[in-house]
Amino acid sequence: MSAVEASVRAEGRSSRWLGSVFAGNPGAVMSRSWLATRSTNWLVVASGFLEPVLYLLSLGVGLGTLIGTVDTGGRQVSYAAFIAPALLATSAMNGAVMDSTFNVFFKLNFGKLYEGMLATPLGPLDVALGEILMALLRGALYGLAFMGVMAAVGLTLSWTALLALPALLIIAFGFASLGMGVVSFMKTFTQLDWIFFVLLPMFLLSSTFFPITVYPPAVRIVIECLPLWHGIELVRGLTTGVITPALLWHVVYFAGMVAVGLVLATTRLKALFLK
Amino acid sequence: MPTPVITATDLVKRFGDFDAVKGISFEVAPGESFGLLGPNGAGKSTTMRMVGAVSPRTGGELSILGLDPNRYGPEIRSQLGVVPQSDNLDVELPVLQNLIVYGRYFGLPRALVKQRAGELLEFAQLTDKAKTKIDDLSGGMKRRLTIARALINDPRILLLDEPTTGLDPQARHILWDRLFRLKEQGTTLVLTTHYMDEAEQLCDRLVVVDKGQIMAEGSPASLIRRYSSREVVELRFGSARNASAAEQLAGVGERIEVLPDRVLIYADDGERALEAVRGRGLEAITSLVRRSSLEDVFLRLTGRSLIE
Repeated sequence: MSAVEASVRAEGRSSRWLGSVFAGNPGAVMSRSWLATRSTNWLVVASGFLEPVLYLLSLGVGLGTLIGTVDTGGRQVSYAAFIAPALLATSAMNGAVMDSTFNVFFKLNFGKLYEGMLATPLGPLDVALGEILMALLRGALYGLAFMGVMAAVGLTLSWTALLALPALLIIAFGFASLGMGVVSFMKTFTQLDWIFFVLLPMFLLSSTFFPITVYPPAVRIVIECLPLWHGIELVRGLTTGVITPALLWHVVYFAGMVAVGLVLATTRLKALFLK
Repeated sequence: MPTPVITATDLVKRFGDFDAVKGISFEVAPGESFGLLGPNGAGKSTTMRMVGAVSPRTGGELSILGLDPNRYGPEIRSQLGVVPQSDNLDVELPVLQNLIVYGRYFGLPRALVKQRAGELLEFAQLTDKAKTKIDDLSGGMKRRLTIARALINDPRILLLDEPTTGLDPQARHILWDRLFRLKEQGTTLVLTTHYMDEAEQLCDRLVVVDKGQIMAEGSPASLIRRYSSREVVELRFGSARNASAAEQLAGVGERIEVLPDRVLIYADDGERALEAVRGRGLEAITSLVRRSSLEDVFLRLTGRSLIE
C-alpha cells in the first residue's frame, strides 16, 4: 500500500477524535490477559468465589435462623434470600476490582507491557477496555458461580433472577472501569490499601445485611450514593422478584460509572505512556 | 530520490522547560538504512518516539508514510516495527506466545500470525526456545526476540533504539548479522546508536545529533572525509603528561586533540606523523595508528567523545 493509499484509507475513517485513541481491537488485549491468567495461581481465584459462600452459610443460614424473615419492597423473604443477592453483587464487585486494580497497578508501575502495546496500532482506549473487559469477566464468573449456589439452595425466588446475570455484567463493568481509572493515579502500595479502606465499609453498610430503612434519613442519602448499594438493590430486586421502575436508575448509575471510568483510564494511559 | 517514508522538518520536543529536540530536519528514503548517532541524552530516543507515533511533537512538521502522526497514530503504527531501548517483552508469556499475541495487537488473523511467528523464531535463531519463559533468556536472545516481534506485522519501517546497548561483543555481532540481512532484503531501518562501529556497519546515511540538534549529515565515509583526516595517531603519555606532550607536538599532522587519557594526531599518513613525533624526542607509552572513524567526526564536531 502506498503512502497515498494509506492516507486515503485513513481519511475514510469516521471519527478522528476516537481514531487517535482507539483502534477497535480491545479483544487482542483481553485475550492476552486470558493467556497470562492461565498461568497464574488458580487457588487465589478460587478463594474469591469461596468468600461469599462462607458469608452465606454463616450469616444467611446460621444467623438467619434467629432472624426469620425480612421485608424487602413489601415482600417478606427469608434472611438468607435477603443477603444472598447482596453477596452476589459484592462478589461481582470484588472480582472486578481485584483484577482492575492490583493487576493493573503492577503493569502500570513495574512492567513495560502497556508501553509495548501502545507501540502497535492499539490506542489507550483499546488497552483500558481490554483490561476492563477481562476484569469484568472475572467479576461475572464469580457472580455466575455464586448464583449457581443460590439457585441450588433455593434462594432465587423469581424467574427474573435470570436477569441478574446481565445485571452482574454491568455492575462488574462499572467497578472495573472506575477501578482502573482510579488505580491509574496510584504510585505506591500504601495508596493501594486505600482501596480496601473504601471497599470494606461499603460492603458492610450498603444494605448488605440489613435494609436501608434502619438508617436515619441523612445517613441514608450517603449510602444511596455508593455504587455497591445500587448494585445490591438491583440484584436483590431481580432475584426476589420485586420489580420496580427504580431498577432502571441503578442501571443508569452504572452506565455513568462505566463512562467516567473509561474516560479516566484512557486519559491517564495517554498521559503516562504517550507523552 | 523516491518519495521519502519519513520527513521531519524543524521537529521540536519540549518537556516542561527542557528542550529535548530543538528543531531537527531529515528525510529517510524507502529501503534506506538511516542512523541517528549521538551520545546519551542527545534527543535520539525522543525523536524515535515521535517517529514511532507515540509522542506528540511540540513543534515542526513530521510525516510518516505520508501521514501526520498526531492524527493518524494507529494507521502509522500498523506499518512500523519498534525495537525500544530497553526490552519490553511480555514476561507473563513464553517466547512463541509473545510473538503471536503481539501480532494480534495489529489485528492480524491468527493463522497468519502463527505462520509468521514460526518463521521469525527461525530468523531470530530461537526456534528451540519457543516455550521458554522470557526471564530465562539471555540478554542477546531477548534482543533478538524483540526484533523478531517488531517484524511480526511485516513493517515498512523498522525503528531500532540502541539495538545492541548492553550486549556482549558476540551477541552484538549475531544481532548485526540479523539486521544486515534485513537491510539486504530492503527493509527500511532507522536506528539510534552511540556506537560508531554500529553506525558504520549498518547505516547508509546518518545524522550526528548532539543536544537536540543535528551537527552533520551524510554517509559514514563522507562524514569521515569531510570532518577528519584519513588516519589518526593515538598516543598515551600517561594522564599527567598528555597535555604537556601535546604542546611539544604542535605542527605535527593536520590537527591535534587532547583528551584526558590520550593525544590524537590527525594526519593523512599516520606512520609519518608518528615518525615526526619520535623525531621530536617524545616517546609515548603506547602508540597506535588507525583509520579515522565516526568517533573522530563526533569529537571534531562537539569537542567531546561519544561515550563518556
